[in-house]
Amino acid sequence: MQSPPSEADSLIELRDVTKIYGHGDAEVRALGGVSLRIARGEFVAIIGASGSGKSTCMNVIGCLDRPTGGSYQFRGVEVAELDLDQLALLRRHYIGFVFQGFNLLARTTALENVELPLVYKRVPAAERRERALEALRAVGLDGREHHAPSELSGGQQQRVAIARAIVSDPSIVLADEPTGNLDTARKAEIMRLLIDLNRSRGITVVMVTHEPDIARWARRIIEFRDGLVLRDETNEATEA
Amino acid sequence: MWIATIFMALRELRRNVMRSALTTLGIVIGVASVIAMVTLGRSATARVTQDIASLGQNMLMVFPGSDRRGPVSVAATPFRMDDVRAIEKEVGDLATVAPTSSKSELIVYGNANHTTAVYGATNTFFVVRSLKIQRGRDFSDAELAGGNPACVLGETVRKELFGMQEALDSSIRVGAVACRVVGILEAKGQNTFGQDQDDFIVMPLTTLQRRLAGNSDIGMMYVSVAEEKAIARTKARIQNLLRDRRRIQPGQTDDFNVQDTKEIAKTVSSVTGVLTALLGAVAAVSLLVGGIGIMNIMLVAVTERTREIGIRLSIGALASEVLMQFLVESIMLCTLGGVIGVSLGLLGSYGATRALSMPFEVDPVIVLVAFFFSAAIGIAFGYLPARKAARLNPIEALRHE
Ligand SMILES: Nc1ncnc2c1ncn2[C@@H]1O[C@H](COP(=O)(O)OP(=O)(O)OP(=O)(O)O)[C@@H](O)[C@H]1O
Ligand SMILES: [Mg+2]
Repeated sequence: MQSPPSEADSLIELRDVTKIYGHGDAEVRALGGVSLRIARGEFVAIIGASGSGKSTCMNVIGCLDRPTGGSYQFRGVEVAELDLDQLALLRRHYIGFVFQGFNLLARTTALENVELPLVYKRVPAAERRERALEALRAVGLDGREHHAPSELSGGQQQRVAIARAIVSDPSIVLADEPTGNLDTARKAEIMRLLIDLNRSRGITVVMVTHEPDIARWARRIIEFRDGLVLRDETNEATEA
Repeated sequence: MWIATIFMALRELRRNVMRSALTTLGIVIGVASVIAMVTLGRSATARVTQDIASLGQNMLMVFPGSDRRGPVSVAATPFRMDDVRAIEKEVGDLATVAPTSSKSELIVYGNANHTTAVYGATNTFFVVRSLKIQRGRDFSDAELAGGNPACVLGETVRKELFGMQEALDSSIRVGAVACRVVGILEAKGQNTFGQDQDDFIVMPLTTLQRRLAGNSDIGMMYVSVAEEKAIARTKARIQNLLRDRRRIQPGQTDDFNVQDTKEIAKTVSSVTGVLTALLGAVAAVSLLVGGIGIMNIMLVAVTERTREIGIRLSIGALASEVLMQFLVESIMLCTLGGVIGVSLGLLGSYGATRALSMPFEVDPVIVLVAFFFSAAIGIAFGYLPARKAARLNPIEALRHE
């Protein structure tokens, strides 16, 4: 499955993408013309100061939000031309998203939260359960399946969110600060999990982090500043 | 997917027990109160109509005096036995005439005494008033003609005087007259207005006239008409005859009046009809209040639910799938509330009508209206905010505050 990144193989292609919030005086230019290409099977870390547009860019890549201007092609398809349902189907079949704020369903067990993407993928109940348990095991949450988010620590909630993102076998996992609330040991564990997904299953991984230590695990590092790509370089010395 | 949607909706309801319970409660209260009130109103109307019908079917009541509804005026000339005979002759086979006169008297048996209404009547009285003799007999010809002291007791009087003892063939004192008990009437119970319909005794008309009243007056006549369509004709004939006999000039008002039980029934049920409408209005208000309650709960839930919608959309749910889930949820809640409400309303009003010994009259239209009105509110307010949220893109829905 793994092949070296090439132009023909590009999964994500942003060209001069802008995202503007608000109007007039209150206008915020969250993305000011971002161009990037990410190929299948890449492992990319996005870094940058707070407010530099990392989450905004992830939301656009994840087809959760549409750019104000520019062109975004996902798997060769121009996203701007798709309607809400078509975007939802892209997310359902190809994208696993880990939100910065987790966004788990309240008063719903970890297991049910992780099962949810599979419900919409019409996976039969028994298989759904099996795969959800497996995903929870992969993030080290076995034994916590029946706890609601309010009964889990921040780090545990984050791992439920990661399990939910990987459970549906997406072709790309987008993770916004997936290690933000974890201790060093857990951080390494999550990073190893993501790298394993990337290596063994060929899943493309794009993650946001503000920690240089974590970014060093990635093979490519993109740095944002003020809604623009400041730096985009291949990291020769990956830790993994 | 249908089953999955239903399961998902059920899980959501269980997840939000409080909200589900409150919504259901709003619907239950609204539906139950409307059904209970309207059913009670209708049952009361039916009971009143029944009571009036139980006076006797197709009956005319002939009173002396011109006042239609007020008490009989003292000055009015009472009827005599020849009036009765003349009417009998005039109406022929069309109707049965029962002349009566009444007086309140103290009845004494041994140590027990009881004041009650004493009716002087012939045997046609029992027929016309649909009174059944439970034990014993009605009056013999000799008793009727000779003014013999015989009497038939209403159940209340029998109980008051005799309790567990045998009443038939005993001798009681009615005012100053010693009188033999020849029959006991079947009990009729209370009427709608709480009146005891068994608190009287009957003796031959001649006995009452001669021994108790000391005159030959007839207080009123019941005329039971054989066929409903002959009522108007019979009424007109009686009126003409009496005008003639009482020498009333054209243009002069009658000094008697002939009432029709149908007319009375109509008047009374128009009154109870107004009452039913009033109860219905009160109930409609509670339905509305219940509806506003549901609305409130649903609207308060919008923020949380909008986030939920955002989450579902972000992991790949279609807007239509999310909406279907919300719709199923609302329908399940409202149906549950509606079913409980209808059951409670019917059960409550059934209990109340039994306790008040009224017939149980349900209007299915009201049941349906109440059910669908509250269901519509519940579904609309569960569904509409969801529809708005599902049209957002996921990020906007997730940011909703
Ligand atoms: N919904 C919104 N409405 C208005 N402005 C917004 C909105 N979302 C983001 N912004 C603005 O866009 C800019 C970029 O925000 P973004 O969330 O992408 O930053 P970030 O790089 O993820 O920061 P952090 O590291 O703190 O998460 C910020 O200035 C922010 O205030
Ligand atoms: Mg961010």
